Amino acid sequence: MANLKEVRNRITSVTSTQQITKAMKMVSAAKLKRATNAIVQLRPYANKLKDILGNLSASLEGSSSPYIQQRDVEKVLIVVVSSNRGLAGAFNANVIKTANQLISTQYAEQYRKGNVSIIAVGKKVQDYYEKRKYNVIGNNNEVYSQLSFENVALISEVIMSGFANGDFDRVDVIYNHFRNAAVQEIISEQLLPLAATVQADSSRSAASKVDYILEPSQQEIVNELIPKSIKIQFYKAVLDSHASEHGARMTAMDKATENAGDLLKSLKLSYNQARQAAITTELTEIVSGAAALSNG
Amino acid sequence: MTLEILTPDNTVFEGEVSSVTVPGVQGSFEILNNHAPIISTLDDGKVIIRTGKGEESFFIKGGVVEVLDNKIMVLAEGVKL
Repeated sequence: MANLKEVRNRITSVTSTQQITKAMKMVSAAKLKRATNAIVQLRPYANKLKDILGNLSASLEGSSSPYIQQRDVEKVLIVVVSSNRGLAGAFNANVIKTANQLISTQYAEQYRKGNVSIIAVGKKVQDYYEKRKYNVIGNNNEVYSQLSFENVALISEVIMSGFANGDFDRVDVIYNHFRNAAVQEIISEQLLPLAATVQADSSRSAASKVDYILEPSQQEIVNELIPKSIKIQFYKAVLDSHASEHGARMTAMDKATENAGDLLKSLKLSYNQARQAAITTELTEIVSGAAALSNG
Repeated sequence: MTLEILTPDNTVFEGEVSSVTVPGVQGSFEILNNHAPIISTLDDGKVIIRTGKGEESFFIKGGVVEVLDNKIMVLAEGVKL
């Protein structure tokens, strides 16, 4: 039987841990709300941009934009989006696992030649890949302190100019897609060259084609809009991941609070048992002491 | 006619206007009621909105404008008041 003082100390420490996890859960819940709001805010802009782009280009094939050039994939950039902080369950581990899988299967050959670069958004992934001597470009951990389109666009500009200069032939982004607070889904998608999804969409709006005045010209507008839509796609990935992070942390902390509660319950039980045992021993001692006296 | 100014972060303006001046890449131009459908890319510059009550202006950072059936959509990458 554990002694009373030991058990009491453990109860105090578990209680304070529980308070911390509870507080972290509340903080994440509040941040999650803001993060999901940001996604909702982005939606009308993203949809409209897609509409306009769809309206304009029956196909992007004629476009001279550098971002749709398909090249033989020799140099690969993988953008891994994670978080700056841990304690979010398997949130970061999952992203890293998927990234490693991608490197060891699809890009095994490029990796052997040392042509796989990584841009990490979030400290956890950055640390992981730097420790393992991957080619990690830049440091983008401070975007989370102020998550705005402008800040995220700076990263996408680096990515896009790298692609346009031929530093990379293909850019993939890996992030947690936000399904709901409890469910995240790892997504690995191609960022550059721009995938065919935009083109597929245009058939729908082609029927209702309006005769727009185009300034300066269709080609130039399309070239102007393509980078915008890439930035939006990347921004969406970051926002998704941000919301997922808080969702994951909320779930993890909820679980931790619950576990701490269970632990407390069993600790309290053994505390009471120990207390009762002590009282019983004491009573027995007194009674037997008294009996010894009266006998003597 | 109605105007919406959207950025990826939020909706900056939404409402009824009488005219809007936008910084097109080929020079600033004004959109009045019943303007023909137009799509134009925008430079960094000032968007001036005139409503019945007065004038308001935003400084936008690049973007695109679409006018269709008296609905004006300005998609800007960023906005400073």
